[in-house]
Amino acid sequence: MREQNKKIALRFQNVNFYYKNGAGKIPILKNMNLSVADGEFVSIIGASGSGKSTIFRLIVGLEELNSGTIYLNEDPVTNRSGKVGYMPQQDLLMPWRTVQQNAALPLELQKENHLDRRTVQNLLEAFGLKGYENKYPHELSGGMRQRVSFLRATLSGSNVLLLDEPFSALDAMTRLYMQEWLLEQWEQQQSTILFITHDISEALFLSDRIFVITDTPFTTLKEIKIPLERPRRQYDLDKEEVTELKNDLLDQFRMRV
Amino acid sequence: MKNYLYSIILITIFLLIWEAGAGFVATSFILPAPTEIVIKLWELKTELLLHHLPMTLAVIIIGLGISLVLGVALAISMNLSKTLQQAIYPILIASQTIPIIALAPIFVLWFGYSIWSKVIVTIIITFFPITVSTFDGFRSTSKELKELFQTLGASKRQIFFKLEVPSALPSFFSGLKVAVPMSVIGAAIGEWLGAQAGLGYFSRRMMTQFNGAGVFAPIVLLSLIGILLFITVVLLEKYILKWRRS
Repeated sequence: MREQNKKIALRFQNVNFYYKNGAGKIPILKNMNLSVADGEFVSIIGASGSGKSTIFRLIVGLEELNSGTIYLNEDPVTNRSGKVGYMPQQDLLMPWRTVQQNAALPLELQKENHLDRRTVQNLLEAFGLKGYENKYPHELSGGMRQRVSFLRATLSGSNVLLLDEPFSALDAMTRLYMQEWLLEQWEQQQSTILFITHDISEALFLSDRIFVITDTPFTTLKEIKIPLERPRRQYDLDKEEVTELKNDLLDQFRMRV
Repeated sequence: MKNYLYSIILITIFLLIWEAGAGFVATSFILPAPTEIVIKLWELKTELLLHHLPMTLAVIIIGLGISLVLGVALAISMNLSKTLQQAIYPILIASQTIPIIALAPIFVLWFGYSIWSKVIVTIIITFFPITVSTFDGFRSTSKELKELFQTLGASKRQIFFKLEVPSALPSFFSGLKVAVPMSVIGAAIGEWLGAQAGLGYFSRRMMTQFNGAGVFAPIVLLSLIGILLFITVVLLEKYILKWRRS
């Protein structure tokens, strides 16, 4: 496992959140606590509608907490927009911008962004996008578009990256390659990644820990440590302790179907 | 050029049938032959091109220009405020149900035979497609992209210029492409109802003189203006939306 600092990159303290609708309040988070260490790779899995995405929307500031505190790098933050890198489910690249212009969007929008154009160039190269800088999104494959989207999240300059089912639209083969690619990037960049997925194998392959949402509203998330060394390869998933974990998880979700 | 081959063939066939039909009817003020119209156009070239065409072109350009500013401004204000949208949208629709031809004499009363009575008619006809399509363009802005901008800490101004405007552009151009041929119609109607010069005015004057070829000659020019303006917009669109070329 990668060396982790003692620092906490992200922490939820007694966070309450509910959606309002015509009938009243729908509670999602109840006194929720969670913490993610700097440099950690954590996945969140749960059924659709269980509130996975709500956790992300709270972190990026698209939803306001009803009470509690969210800490980023050990500082409590109230205005969270622009503080973390976010990679959405669809790649959400703008069709009128080239690869380079899409990726560099955070630099244009954030005054305090400390990255410069040279970083963009270097990262484009590191992400295997050299030669594609001036192509438009529709000229790229699905995997490449996701790499541009991940690059954009990285260029937000934050050490915390939130990835919301980024590979769910890719075909199975591309998805496997992208998972390995993502781990390489994460190891090089030393970033902290929170990863939402439906896919149990994906979560097992990528994560240090998995948070499982079993019930909504939730107070704590069930935590599972993955007994695998890094660097990992896809065939590591065939190890006995991992297949057992996988079957346990499958059973848990099966009961809820 | 090959793309136009079939339309050229079709138009040629149409003109040949017309020519034959005109020969058969043999009453020039009811159905002048295409060749007669071409000859008339040549005879009148100085008067039409130097005197009447500039008048009509001025109406079209000024009318379209004001429509553009007005239409885009309306679309932006409706996009900014839900209240404005609810206030403006029904009036916008209502404005299109007004029979312009019935109203035009009033514009003549207000503005006389000056250029403005025709410009007003042109504006009323053309601002609608520009406003509606630009507004629809703004509304087509992806909600997810907007949220992504927010997570990056974008200001309202940045969201407008970097996201909403580019999102609205394709739709804006569609509206403009509808408005351009309509501006020619608007100018011609305006001139019919009261003018002292212009291609529409000239065509009507020829009508009172039972000069069939004289009616059609300025119409050919009007149609050419429409086509040229349309091509200009298409070229502009191709240049600005170059990302759409694959």
